[in-house]
Amino acid sequence: MALLSKKDSKLVLDPLADNNPITIQVLGICSALAITAELKASVVMALSVLFVLSMGNVAISLLRNIIPSKIRIIVQLVVVAALVIIVDQVLKAFAYELSKTLSVFVGLIITNCIIMGRFEAFALGNGPKKAFLDGIGNALGYGIILVIVGFFRELLGSGTLFGFKVLGDPVNKTGLYAIGYENNGFMIIPPAALIVLGIIIWVQRSRNRSLIEEA
Amino acid sequence: MAFNTEKNSYTVIFAALMVVVVGSLLAFVASGLKPKIHENERFEKQQNILYAMGVNGNEGEGDVTFIPTSSVEADFSKFIVKQMVLDGTSAVEKENAYLIDVSKEIAKAKSGEKAELPLLVGEKDGKTYYIIPMYGKGLWDAIWGYISLDDQMIVQGVYFDHKGETPGLGANIKQRFFMDDFTGESVLSGSSFEGITVAKGNGDPLNSDKQDNQVDALAGATITGNGVTAMIKDCIKLYKPYLETIRKK
Repeated sequence: MALLSKKDSKLVLDPLADNNPITIQVLGICSALAITAELKASVVMALSVLFVLSMGNVAISLLRNIIPSKIRIIVQLVVVAALVIIVDQVLKAFAYELSKTLSVFVGLIITNCIIMGRFEAFALGNGPKKAFLDGIGNALGYGIILVIVGFFRELLGSGTLFGFKVLGDPVNKTGLYAIGYENNGFMIIPPAALIVLGIIIWVQRSRNRSLIEEA
Repeated sequence: MAFNTEKNSYTVIFAALMVVVVGSLLAFVASGLKPKIHENERFEKQQNILYAMGVNGNEGEGDVTFIPTSSVEADFSKFIVKQMVLDGTSAVEKENAYLIDVSKEIAKAKSGEKAELPLLVGEKDGKTYYIIPMYGKGLWDAIWGYISLDDQMIVQGVYFDHKGETPGLGANIKQRFFMDDFTGESVLSGSSFEGITVAKGNGDPLNSDKQDNQVDALAGATITGNGVTAMIKDCIKLYKPYLETIRKK
């Protein structure tokens, strides 16, 4: 027996490619541009969103029948904010180093449109199990793009991956730098993320033409 | 469902309950974890201060490594021999001066009010270090740090940190490839207190010129870099009256 039914696994797998929150729905662009200058930050952000989105989806889904529709957006914001703050406080007490790395992202997580988008579009209308899977799927779809963009920006912009100098040392001219290679400083600044993202969207849609919207 | 969730009265009651529940939950978590968080913050401060005077676990050219939290308290009382606050051109000893909130005191001092500016004196291998806490602003939020000077006003080490600079760009002020450049620079130019400028395009990426009061800037982090320059300048200015008295000419 498969771990998940066909319908359920679709909830997880769909957002990874054909219904990706960033490249197809073009949500969560702001954080994708801001923090992908290095791979490590991309991974940390992806994991944080994975946690907050799956837990938040479950919470909203459990509350879905008692939330007054007039103030549902406010309720959603309160749930995300409370979740993020509690996690941040617990980390501050028991994993101080990690919380220092994460603190920059707290504000970005709360305002991430993917989170509000999934609460609004999915968790309010589905049960907790489905909502949990949907949260995992969308967060992974978001994370994959973040990691791809981070990979190219760090490699081409700084010549490193996770901080390791994979292309040699630019100051002492070793490795690739010995034969005249230079880091592309443009890749470090946010507009480069937009271009990398554009290329991903282009590649994805030319491989699967059904994704192209009617003009 | 038994409730009519569309009714105004229900909405108001729901909102009120939500505020009370979430509010008390957050307050409960925050107050429960407070002592532990404060202790972590105190240890971090001690680690940062010791880092600036060269008491750290750095090896080769790698990452920033602090001394472990388990031994930081003992090391702090071993290496930091005097904790003082400035009083005009002299300084008086004060217990736990390192815990003073520097952001408030610097703001007071700048507006001409009486302020308690802390200064720590460290001793390692017979050499004396004067450690000055700094506080300023970067691109998005606060930046702060510590700078340690010897009696010739040569920088012996720095530590920078920030609240919310951009990861990969401004956030790199707390990386060794940026901080290490400050060591050996003088905050003096001739006999005036110049500070150290984070300079773009000074043509000296290896920072071999230690006389120019400049270090190489970070690409893509101009405003954070300018913030560091301003922070060092401002704080050195406040401590200048006292630094003049300890300076060996």
